[in-house]
Amino acid sequence: MRLSLPSLSVNEGMARSAVAAFCAQLNPTAVEIADIKCAVSEAVTNCIVHAYRDTVGEIAITVKLCEGRLIQIEIRDKGCGIEDVKQAREPLFTTDAEGERSGMGFTVMESFCDGVSVSSRVGRGTTVTLLKRLHK
Amino acid sequence: MIRNGSQVTYETRGDTMVVRVGGEIDHHNAVTVRTGIDERLTAERPQKVMLELSAVDFMDSSGLGLIMGRYALVKQYGGSLAVLDPSPAVLKIIKLAGMERMVSILRTKVKK
Repeated sequence: MRLSLPSLSVNEGMARSAVAAFCAQLNPTAVEIADIKCAVSEAVTNCIVHAYRDTVGEIAITVKLCEGRLIQIEIRDKGCGIEDVKQAREPLFTTDAEGERSGMGFTVMESFCDGVSVSSRVGRGTTVTLLKRLHK
Repeated sequence: MIRNGSQVTYETRGDTMVVRVGGEIDHHNAVTVRTGIDERLTAERPQKVMLELSAVDFMDSSGLGLIMGRYALVKQYGGSLAVLDPSPAVLKIIKLAGMERMVSILRTKVKK
């Protein structure tokens, strides 16, 4: 599944619901669907709040259903990029404290998925890949 | 009151205000929810605030910011805030953040 949407906060709900609906064909449990929705919401919010801060750009989401009930979700932006990915992934780290961001976005993704990888280039954008393996 | 996927209602009993939030709390909805709650808290300054979250069926880390921001606001004027009956989705993310060490979590509803 491929989905492209503008980085407007009103699209957060649609993005996670669309991914969840696509994954539903594998009959995941309610908890697995909730985990996927939460992780996607965090990644998409990062694009809106950080990658495209003060501007609007494209968020591209690709979802693949792989062998062994493995779901791969790629969320890509062409925004400002992350200078220090390791620091950004630390719990409670945020560059937007005034906006009441908790700094827990990557921690949520890591806890609710079976794998999270981040590839980023300053000025070019960021790709977050989430892996979720469903129970058999 | 329906606000972009979240519903917020208020009930004041003596010095306690119960703020019931339902629906989905994400980055988009949190802005509207927190603005409404802050208006009521600032105007009434209740000593005890119960943030009732049993009807929240989705919450991401934006909800953590919402809870901590209200906790700080209430504490600033000398009141206290507790989270009441969090739904499983809310409790999962609260525990992940270790927030129960800072904010009281109260349960009045029996698990089914």
